[in-house]
Amino acid sequence: MSSFLSPALVALALVLAGCGKSQPAAEGAPIQLLNVSYDPTRELYEEENAAFAKAWLAKTGQTVTIKQSHAGSGKQARSVIDGLSADVVTLALAWDIDAVTRAGWIAPGWQTKLPNNSAPYTSTIVFLVRKGNPKGIKDWDDLGRPGASVITPNPKTGGGARWNYLGAWGFALAQPGGTEALAKELVGKIYKNVPVLDSGARGATTTFVERGIGDVLITWENEALLAVNQLKAGAFEIVTPKLSILAEPPVAVVDKVVDKRGSRAVAQAYLEFLYTEAGQRLVGKHFYRPRLPAVAKEFEKQFPAVELFTVEKLGGWEALHKTHFADGAIFDQIYQVGK
Amino acid sequence: MSTPRRAGNDPPWVRRILIALSLIFLSLFLFLPLIAVFIEALRDGVSAYFMAITAPDTLSAIRLTLLSTCIAVPLNVVFGVAAAWAITRFDFRGKSLLITLIDLPVAVSPVIAGMIYVLLFGAQGVFGPLLAAHDIKIIFAVPGIALATTFVTFPFVARELIPFMQAQGSEEEEAALVLGASGWQMFTRVTLPNIKWGLLYGTVLCTARAMGEFGAVSVVSGHIRGETNTVPLHVEVLYNEYHFAAAFSVASILVALSLVTLTLKKLIEWRGLVARKTAADLEGEPGGTPIAELAGGEQETSLRPVERGSTVPI
Amino acid sequence: MKAIPAPRRAPLLSRLLLKRRGVLPGFGLSMGITVVYLSLIVLIPLATIFLKTSTIGWSRFWEIVLSPRSIAAYELSFGASFAAALINAVFGVLLAWVLSRYRFPGRGLVDALVDLPFALPTAVAGIALTGIYASKGWLGRWLVQIGIDAAFSRLGVVIALVFVGLPFVVRTVQPVLEDIDLDQEEAAATLGATRFQTFRRVTLPALWPAVITGFTLAFARALGEYGSVVFISGNMPMKTEITPLLIMTKLEQYDYAGATAIAVVMLTISFALLLVVNRLQAWSGRRVSR
Repeated sequence: MSSFLSPALVALALVLAGCGKSQPAAEGAPIQLLNVSYDPTRELYEEENAAFAKAWLAKTGQTVTIKQSHAGSGKQARSVIDGLSADVVTLALAWDIDAVTRAGWIAPGWQTKLPNNSAPYTSTIVFLVRKGNPKGIKDWDDLGRPGASVITPNPKTGGGARWNYLGAWGFALAQPGGTEALAKELVGKIYKNVPVLDSGARGATTTFVERGIGDVLITWENEALLAVNQLKAGAFEIVTPKLSILAEPPVAVVDKVVDKRGSRAVAQAYLEFLYTEAGQRLVGKHFYRPRLPAVAKEFEKQFPAVELFTVEKLGGWEALHKTHFADGAIFDQIYQVGK
Repeated sequence: MSTPRRAGNDPPWVRRILIALSLIFLSLFLFLPLIAVFIEALRDGVSAYFMAITAPDTLSAIRLTLLSTCIAVPLNVVFGVAAAWAITRFDFRGKSLLITLIDLPVAVSPVIAGMIYVLLFGAQGVFGPLLAAHDIKIIFAVPGIALATTFVTFPFVARELIPFMQAQGSEEEEAALVLGASGWQMFTRVTLPNIKWGLLYGTVLCTARAMGEFGAVSVVSGHIRGETNTVPLHVEVLYNEYHFAAAFSVASILVALSLVTLTLKKLIEWRGLVARKTAADLEGEPGGTPIAELAGGEQETSLRPVERGSTVPI
Repeated sequence: MKAIPAPRRAPLLSRLLLKRRGVLPGFGLSMGITVVYLSLIVLIPLATIFLKTSTIGWSRFWEIVLSPRSIAAYELSFGASFAAALINAVFGVLLAWVLSRYRFPGRGLVDALVDLPFALPTAVAGIALTGIYASKGWLGRWLVQIGIDAAFSRLGVVIALVFVGLPFVVRTVQPVLEDIDLDQEEAAATLGATRFQTFRRVTLPALWPAVITGFTLAFARALGEYGSVVFISGNMPMKTEITPLLIMTKLEQYDYAGATAIAVVMLTISFALLLVVNRLQAWSGRRVSR
């Protein structure tokens, strides 16, 4: 039945015609990298990319263009697993990069390949409140008070959201007499106060800042500083809790992709650039806490002192995922009790 | 749309109340959102508006949207004509099943529409290893976006053509054959000219939908700035970067496009109505079914299995 | 004069499927294109959903599909879609009536704009509607004062779904209204019926098939809607999480099997609804008087 075959061939040809084939980069030829990142880092990488391109051109004479993709950390990890050709991933938590590793795209042991657990900067979780702090939010347990309207994203889809959740959990555990049951209670109360559950950090900030919903936004410190300094100066205040979680958003080279594309040298240099003085200064400028002690000193005033606990102290991502974020685990249970 | 019947016996106060009610309903759900987009878009001033819609990322989003539309629409047009021909000119077993299957993409959620292509062509998908071995990128690249767009706009042309061709009947084509035309001549000289209004109509609808698709493309896109973001996705990107006026500015492009689509639709309906009436007058037929009834019986009207030769109102 | 060609045996496909041999050519070609294209673009991709779901086994399938969160999502999706379709049915008939029976300034414009929800991208509709109905929005600020939370609630979902389904009932009822013989209505009037009685007893029964068709189409469309709802709904699990969003969320958690399981449920229901619409139209084809 030739009448069957020809349409099929035409269709197939049309599909293949549009497919891009990538060639391994020749030495010195202009090269393109794809940085798949999480939601709030849009402004940071815009500047980092320009700075790196300039430095690399001066050093090697090669023109490098870096393309960006931003979305929720979990969503981005899924995209890379499904084949999005990222040369580097710069995500919100090690758990998401671990997922990409498990799928075979990154060689195991990635976290030791760069200094500081492969996290060129840190951040923490703070609260953004309306000017004057009308509800008097001071600490994590205030978020669980009846009548407080809390904005935080969905920890199952957003990276920052998980830090938020664990911040509350860790706080409860650290209180005198803190037990798992009490922690679960506090976290439950907080999430009951949430009217809108966005899927990522940016969505949550938009809801709070632009739409005027909620009394307090639990968010990355960098997002809060951005809101206060740039979005609607004067309309908000930052409340830094005394105890919060140390957020270490890591970066990694995606081995399978860079080896195929021949971009490993540039990709590696790109990530290392984030640790240099120039890179770190941009980090501080965009309200992330720099790692380099010299630069950190320059930005001291921007970042209040906070007592920080780590994810490892709470048990590590694997165990935490099973206990809290898996199907039917604690986060799901919070929503099931009296919907 | 044919001219309305005379108002009949409805007292004026009834008329006014009903009209007012309708307009209020439409305002709440239709006019206000429309106006809101334009007001928000111009919030930062006219020059900011133009800067937003001519920014490089916006332009590449427009290019991508046009590209995927130019792939999806012609494919669906060819398919639509073929399917309409098979369905309206022949009587075969399984016709109603075929029609339902053709309708299926409209009832499938866009999220599912995107997901199925990821399942097929993603790195973990059925063809993943094969594609990787040959370094062919479908998902997170233009072909994937084009595929998702094609899926979502799949039935539009077919659904417009089918009632249209049904109503026309096949007498003219049969006459052409009797007079010695080959199959191809019959098709190009008789069929195509006859269906041109329905075809145009379906193409316009298909194009509008293709340009505006969000959910399905969002799943397969990869969200690479300046590369794999269509105009609707770019609106979302701008929104997420707090550039609200810019987001609405780009959105206003889409709104303007929709308004153009609606105008084209009206024009085609009107022209087709005139053409049809003229033909009917010339032949002395008691006025054929106005095109408006057929084509205006909206895109979403499902197809029906119909015996050849009978005309059924929509 | 061309010699009449000797009759040849029809190709296999035609012999198998065709009920009647006609004169027109091109069955094989058109069916070929149709079936191949349909399979490539629609059927095979959809089949992967069932394929993927089959990897998790029945018990896990029911566990996912019947979990409290899924049930809450179905409840919301079905409930909101039903409510929205109902609203559209009522106002759709009203709009169709007004547009086909009355003349007023701007009628042509209104008539054209009814199709807007169809031409406008869902994401744009979403942000526009959210902007209007959020608590600081043009309408939202009044609604909040009387205690109604329009955005980020189930009401918000219904609002978005009314928008997307708006044209359906209008466009299925309008042609029928225009085609209706006024004789019956005039007869009823002569016999002493009021306008409303005439409407209820003469016009409405003739419109029922079209109304139900439009309702079902609006319903099916609303069920799958994602782009516009996701901005206005609030996305709270168990409260304002629609089924397509649940699928999206599962996807983003690397839970492909879970996502496809729910997709299977949605697909089956969509398919069933389409069959219903098909039947309805066949029925209405026989009922509407010419």
